[in-house]
Amino acid sequence: MYTFSKNLKTFAIVLMVLGLLGIAYGFFSAPKDLDEVKQILTEQAHHGDGGHHVSADAHSDADFEHHAEHVYGQLKNKPWTALYVGSIFVMFVSLGILVFHGINYAASAGWSPVLFRVMEGLSAYLLPGSIIFFLILLASVLGGNHLFIWADDAVVAKDAIIQGKVGYLNVPFFIVRALIFLGGWNLYRVYMRKQSLALDATGDLVYHKKMFKASAGFLAFFIVTESMASWDWIMSIDTHWYSTLFGWYVFASFFVTAITTIAFVTLYLKNKGYLDFVNTSHIHDLAKFMFGLSIFWTYLWFSQFMLQWYSNIPEEVTYFIFRIQEYNLPFFGMLVLNFILPLLLLINTDFKRLTWIVVMAGVCIIIGHYIDFFLMIAPGTVGGSWFIGVEEIGSLMFFIGLFIFVGFNAISKAPLLAKNNPLIEESKHFHY
Amino acid sequence: MSSHYEAPIRKPLVIGEKTYHDITVDVARPVEGRANKLWWRVFAIALIAFLWGVGSMAYTVGTGIGTWGLNKTVGWAWDITNFVWWVGIGHAGTLISAVLLLFRQKWRMAINRSAEAMTIFSVVQAGLFPIIHMGRPWLGYWVLPLPNQFGSLWVNFNSPLLWDVFAISTYLSVSLVFWWTGLLPDFAMLRDRAITPFTKRVYSILSFGWSGRAKDWQRFEEVSLVLAGLATPLVLSVHTIVSFDFATSVIPGWHTTILPPYFVAGAIFSGFAMVTTLLIIMRKVSNLEAYITIQHIELMNIIVMITGSIVGVAYITELWVAWYSGVEYEQYAFLNRATGPYWWSYWLMMTCNVISPQVMWFKKIRTNIMASFIISLIVNVGMWFERFVIIVTSLHRDYLPSSWTMFQPTFVDAGIYIGTIGFFFVLFLLYSRSFPVIAQAEVKTILKSSGEYYKKERDSKENHQSLNH
Repeated sequence: MYTFSKNLKTFAIVLMVLGLLGIAYGFFSAPKDLDEVKQILTEQAHHGDGGHHVSADAHSDADFEHHAEHVYGQLKNKPWTALYVGSIFVMFVSLGILVFHGINYAASAGWSPVLFRVMEGLSAYLLPGSIIFFLILLASVLGGNHLFIWADDAVVAKDAIIQGKVGYLNVPFFIVRALIFLGGWNLYRVYMRKQSLALDATGDLVYHKKMFKASAGFLAFFIVTESMASWDWIMSIDTHWYSTLFGWYVFASFFVTAITTIAFVTLYLKNKGYLDFVNTSHIHDLAKFMFGLSIFWTYLWFSQFMLQWYSNIPEEVTYFIFRIQEYNLPFFGMLVLNFILPLLLLINTDFKRLTWIVVMAGVCIIIGHYIDFFLMIAPGTVGGSWFIGVEEIGSLMFFIGLFIFVGFNAISKAPLLAKNNPLIEESKHFHY
Repeated sequence: MSSHYEAPIRKPLVIGEKTYHDITVDVARPVEGRANKLWWRVFAIALIAFLWGVGSMAYTVGTGIGTWGLNKTVGWAWDITNFVWWVGIGHAGTLISAVLLLFRQKWRMAINRSAEAMTIFSVVQAGLFPIIHMGRPWLGYWVLPLPNQFGSLWVNFNSPLLWDVFAISTYLSVSLVFWWTGLLPDFAMLRDRAITPFTKRVYSILSFGWSGRAKDWQRFEEVSLVLAGLATPLVLSVHTIVSFDFATSVIPGWHTTILPPYFVAGAIFSGFAMVTTLLIIMRKVSNLEAYITIQHIELMNIIVMITGSIVGVAYITELWVAWYSGVEYEQYAFLNRATGPYWWSYWLMMTCNVISPQVMWFKKIRTNIMASFIISLIVNVGMWFERFVIIVTSLHRDYLPSSWTMFQPTFVDAGIYIGTIGFFFVLFLLYSRSFPVIAQAEVKTILKSSGEYYKKERDSKENHQSLNH
């Protein structure tokens, strides 16, 4: 049995507290009214940010007014965006862990059962994570902020394109869909955990069969709901833009992060001496998934980007033009973190067995995919007024702290070896 | 012993009390024996179809592309439909030999040889179309970036059709090398068993002097793994590049970002269906039922079901995004597919590709050989229509209503398609009588861990031990 160490618990709580402070700072430092924004803008113009800002007299007053209103909207969105990106990212990572567990179960994988308890434990975050996320979602579409412009009747009234989408993008239907997706995923998680503990206690293979069937069913449910969730929660922020690949692209992004997280926690627990039955071959396999899925993510990123860049249809290419102009460094920098570094670090077999290499590559992957999520969401909500500062990092710290707290707490609730799984012996003897 | 442990719940992959020698004999039998009447009959039919296709191709090249049913609006139809269909079928071979190798799926060993053969023979068929659909095929070599006397006139690397040239030719070469490497130990086995000097000579040449030393095996394994690691991105990229032919365009119904992964999923889907079709026949006529078992068929069916579901999700996504985009051309393209003059091909595709694989959720059906065979055929019909629907229905009605038209294939279109099917079977039938259709060297490595007899031995030993304790 694992006992949740005091140090780690304190660490998680500190993360959460600091994170909350950061989030609170974000909300307090956001401009209260238009005048404040005007003042900021004037100051920026006077301080002369190089040639970036055109001098104030080049603008007419009306232009300035309009610009200030625009920036005000973006800055009001900024703390919400920070909170939103952190919460959806970490929630999707825990969902990815659940999916990886489900795939391994449905595939009767022989290498991974020794890691099942780690995955089961970490996916416990899904429930609190989705409750918080759902509340943020609810606040967002009910007028708490301006993340989803389609939820604002005043915007919709003036926008013919959004009017055409109202059949799908309307608040009640949106909330019902979110409830179905989150509810379905959580039900599966709770069900699997229950069966897994029952299998441990009784050794009755009936529970194994039930989990196998539930996993197959869940994966079918997941592929549909995940696509729709990505359209709802991310794609609809850039309400005019659309891409058919989007759902699978989002999946690749959080799935690779999820496997990296599993690898991290496994390495941590093994270092603490709790996972004697886990050997370097298991780590090697996890690292291979990190490697392969990093390439897979890049493949989808490239497909989506290249196809819209190539055909250059104005309606859709603005999505990328804006990102390249306003988010240049994160947009291309994330390719280094998400593709080039994992590719180089993890291609060597021996390297994939070394803790520090896996950790290094993993850090790149986690940061890189956070930036990926940031890039999917922030350009549509804060536009050019973006900055990764206190509230963004605070939000990430809070959710990671909560993830550690909930995840490790759940891991400590059951033995780390799922002892009656029919494939567990194979997994214990696994050598590659 | 640790690496030989296998969980008791896993089902055996080799049925019966087979020994190493039995495997050799079973695999060598079709090669060493004589073809029966049935084989000759089927071969004759395939050959006639092939020759008919050669005639159609000669007629096309001699007379002109105008012998086909293409018109000014629909410049691509059966030619590219068949091309994509054949490339797609070829993908399962690489998937089985490379991707399943990376995922350590032992069951692939009984089917990988034939799947790779299928890959190579179908890529050969696919490779015909880019050439014969050219207006001036004798200038086909101009697609290659060769220094020349036109002041070094080069190709433009921006066209996905050029990427196709690189993709398909690389794919064929790598698949061929991968396949041949795997064949070396098996050709050596046939060489060592050969009785006549002629066969001895032939298999000596084919097996490259393989002697099976430890060092050779070690390198053999490493090469297989590296090639599998290279073939996997290759297989994804090849069909992705094929999908770029459409997705990079600005045609409504073609320009969509999901095409790359969705074409790949469709390729695995149709390719596995074709493997199922072929192996269900092969296990019967070549007496290989002990190696290609019901479990193999069931697992292939499950892959058909999974990829069929992925394709289904992609269809729904395309449909939904067409509506969501608010672009009336896009919306009309899909309305036209569902209710336009080619509605029947759209609904045929939907029924075959989305509904039929879903019956595989029932164990009764996916373990039934007849049902699997029928569904595998249905899937391939459906996947042909998928390509047809994407290509023709997007072209025949697009931006300008004044260029709307219809497409009617001619007997030459059909003749060439039938010809490639004939050519494929000519090659496959010759292969099945001269090549070891099961990778015997590989199957021998799993005999003791996954053979039915050895599994029983192990179970009874364990029971015995537990009685003593």
